[in-house]
Amino acid sequence: MNQAAPYVHWGFIVISLPNFVLILVMLVLFALGLVLPFPGGRARRGTGEESEDA
Amino acid sequence: MPEPPRPPRSWTRALRGIVQRELPLDHLLPDQEPAYVASWVYVFGVVAIAALVWVIASGVILAFFGPQWWHVSPQGHFVNSIHFWSVQLFFVFMVLHLWGQYFGATWRDGRAPTWMVGVVVFLVSIITAFTGYLSQQNFASQWIAINAKDGINSTGAGAFFNVLNFGQMYGLHVMLLPILVTTLVAVHLVQVRRRGVVRPIDPGRS
Repeated sequence: MNQAAPYVHWGFIVISLPNFVLILVMLVLFALGLVLPFPGGRARRGTGEESEDA
Repeated sequence: MPEPPRPPRSWTRALRGIVQRELPLDHLLPDQEPAYVASWVYVFGVVAIAALVWVIASGVILAFFGPQWWHVSPQGHFVNSIHFWSVQLFFVFMVLHLWGQYFGATWRDGRAPTWMVGVVVFLVSIITAFTGYLSQQNFASQWIAINAKDGINSTGAGAFFNVLNFGQMYGLHVMLLPILVTTLVAVHLVQVRRRGVVRPIDPGRS
């Protein structure tokens, strides 16, 4: 880690490889958060629908 | 018929009334959540708070022992690394939480203040992390300070926010800014609990 990181050059976009990889990992995490089933979520569905909307 | 005597005016009674009305305990400490909360997207914010706990705990240890310790001893390196990586996790999951709330438009139904406090938490966290990078006491912190000073000066803030002043940056980083971040996060949590988690967008409603 004692040296400059490699950079990705893509037109006017210049970003370090670690930052670019981190953004990709975050996008994957976000997508997984949307599609992966939540443990116990199916059993809970339909119950506890208390409305707290203002 | 004579009216019953009114109790004397008291700010503590008035405040108690506001707290009881606005912050009922069954909202602050619920034992059930709506079914739509059963999604990993709602976990991102909690993970960000868990990371913040690690940031603060490791930061307290670093502040106690000082730069000599965190640069020289193996234990210092270890705690310094925990502090650094928990900050990375804090930001990653804060941004994932932000994406989730943005695409869910969760400022709906009177929750705009919750969204705005979240935005302020994000901005204050960036300043806190910046002062942290300046407090490392190594070549990286000097490099960052020298590069940042002209940018800061161009905004006019350099007159009272001197990035070359280690004492000022360190004081802000270990005292004022952490208090601000934790207080704002606490306010954000209370706001979320007060109104509950917002319903997902109904695709059938235009």
